[in-house]
Amino acid sequence: MTTAAGTPKLNRTYKWVGGLLGIVVTTVVFIVPFAFIFLTASKSGQEASLLQFSWPTEWHFVENLVEVIQARDYILVTAFINSTILTVGSVTLMVVVSALVGYVLQRRKSRWNPFINFLVLAGLIVPPAVVPTIWVMQSLGIYKTLHGLILVEVAFGMAFCVLMFRAFVATIPRELDEAAIMDGAGPLRLFFQVIFPLLRSVIVTVIVVQSVFVFNDFQNPLYFLPGDKGATVQLTVYNFLGQFNAQWNFLFMDILLITIPMLVMYIIFNRQIVAGMTSGAVKG
Amino acid sequence: MTDTLPRTQATPPEPESPTARTRRDKKRSPYPMWFYLPAAIIYGVLFVAPTFASFYFALTRWTIFDSEFIGLDNFVTFFSEPYLFQSLIHTLLYAVITSGLKVVLGLLFAVFLSSQIIARGYLRSVVFFPVLVSAVGVGVTFRVLMDPFDGLINNVLAGVGIDGPGWLTDPDLALFSVAFVDVWAGVGIATLIYIAGIVAIPQEYFEAAKVDGASAVKSFRHVTLPLMRPATTTVIILSLIGGLRSFALIWTMTGGGPGFSSDVLASMVYKQYQAGFYGLSTAGNVVLFVLVAAIVIPLFWFLNRKEVDR
Repeated sequence: MTTAAGTPKLNRTYKWVGGLLGIVVTTVVFIVPFAFIFLTASKSGQEASLLQFSWPTEWHFVENLVEVIQARDYILVTAFINSTILTVGSVTLMVVVSALVGYVLQRRKSRWNPFINFLVLAGLIVPPAVVPTIWVMQSLGIYKTLHGLILVEVAFGMAFCVLMFRAFVATIPRELDEAAIMDGAGPLRLFFQVIFPLLRSVIVTVIVVQSVFVFNDFQNPLYFLPGDKGATVQLTVYNFLGQFNAQWNFLFMDILLITIPMLVMYIIFNRQIVAGMTSGAVKG
Repeated sequence: MTDTLPRTQATPPEPESPTARTRRDKKRSPYPMWFYLPAAIIYGVLFVAPTFASFYFALTRWTIFDSEFIGLDNFVTFFSEPYLFQSLIHTLLYAVITSGLKVVLGLLFAVFLSSQIIARGYLRSVVFFPVLVSAVGVGVTFRVLMDPFDGLINNVLAGVGIDGPGWLTDPDLALFSVAFVDVWAGVGIATLIYIAGIVAIPQEYFEAAKVDGASAVKSFRHVTLPLMRPATTTVIILSLIGGLRSFALIWTMTGGGPGFSSDVLASMVYKQYQAGFYGLSTAGNVVLFVLVAAIVIPLFWFLNRKEVDR
């Protein structure tokens, strides 16, 4: 489309040679590591310890799966439940709370706007101060609790969401608001019954992108929700790394299991993920 | 001074009515300020307050329960202990390498993946896919692949007769190996951003270049590249912020080692936290904060300004 200028025949050669070359290179660079995860997860412990990239001589996929799920008193099941609550809870809260902000920020011109915009940008740039956050959480009694971690994820992810919502609200004509106000809608009805449904596409994008971030997050659970009881799926991998020592088949089975949800999500919401990740590219 | 005084004295009676009116408007506004409230509480309590608190606690010897003010001692320790100070240098190196490579590779991939080739959709998905895998998963996988003796990478190298290095065990190399894996995992986002930028370029530009007899290389150099500025800005800023704060990948791949050779600020903060030096850990956090602000804010300003000039 862009660079392949030249004769039609050259173009056709480029189309095939370029494509095939791309397939070969990406297979080696990107597919092999994933194949390695899958193959190692299917091997016996002894064979997996050789760390080789090879076809398993015997398939132990199901046994490994059962073993990993049962390990340490079904901790992986607990972790999946925790991670699901964490992801669903924080993303839901994030969407509602930041949609409200993005909406008012775009619609209402007040002298607070520059200050709020500054806070939003700061939220994107400033690295969270870890120990002081623990200190605040402890004094509120929400340290080492799942709802505490949910609130932390909301606080850290909010800035991105507000930016997305503000940009999208700008595309909704104000006449709609005015019509609804004429019909006697109050602020709450105006937002939840008129505006919120119109935000659907950007909401899906925000949900998908933030779910990936929260589900894959390692640092925040590590700091704010330590201990086995509240382990999230990412922490299980890290804990297994110490516990299983060289039992790579179990470790890789765990990695495989926690990667699958995001894979499924990508297949379903491919377009929204791409939209979310590239938003701002054209605007700068 | 003398000029302004009478005026300020004269003003009070006048603004009385406008403020009263805006106050009444506020009550009736269909966009009430209290919509900010839920977000403001969460953000203020769990992000803004700890950030401000960090500036104080960085100056203390601190055990969560009580703190003792010790002035700049933590920072003196930080800058005088080589193993602490090095984490600052490593952070910078890591961020510059990863974002530089992401810009270059992302642009190359994007140009390639938006040209007329077969299996384009498939290739785009494959390049993007690592973005969805957690840093922990990527880290553990590459820890095994980079094993100096049995790892796949060195096995392949041995097959061609090259004696592969200890990617993660050689102190001179560990940080770069992790940075390389970071690029592997994150180049998909850069590529996507660039593809979005390329798609937005009107076809007429390329046609005009072609009519003028520009070669593929020339049309890339003089059409694509200048128009990719906004996308490049985004990629650089995003990957710099990510690179400077990077923790999970480094922690799972090397744990900052061997020794302190791949320690960055984020991992140093975690280590000091684990060791119970909360004040020092927070000081590390403040250093990270200053570093990110000192790099990203001027860069943001500079890159956006250039855009306006054009």
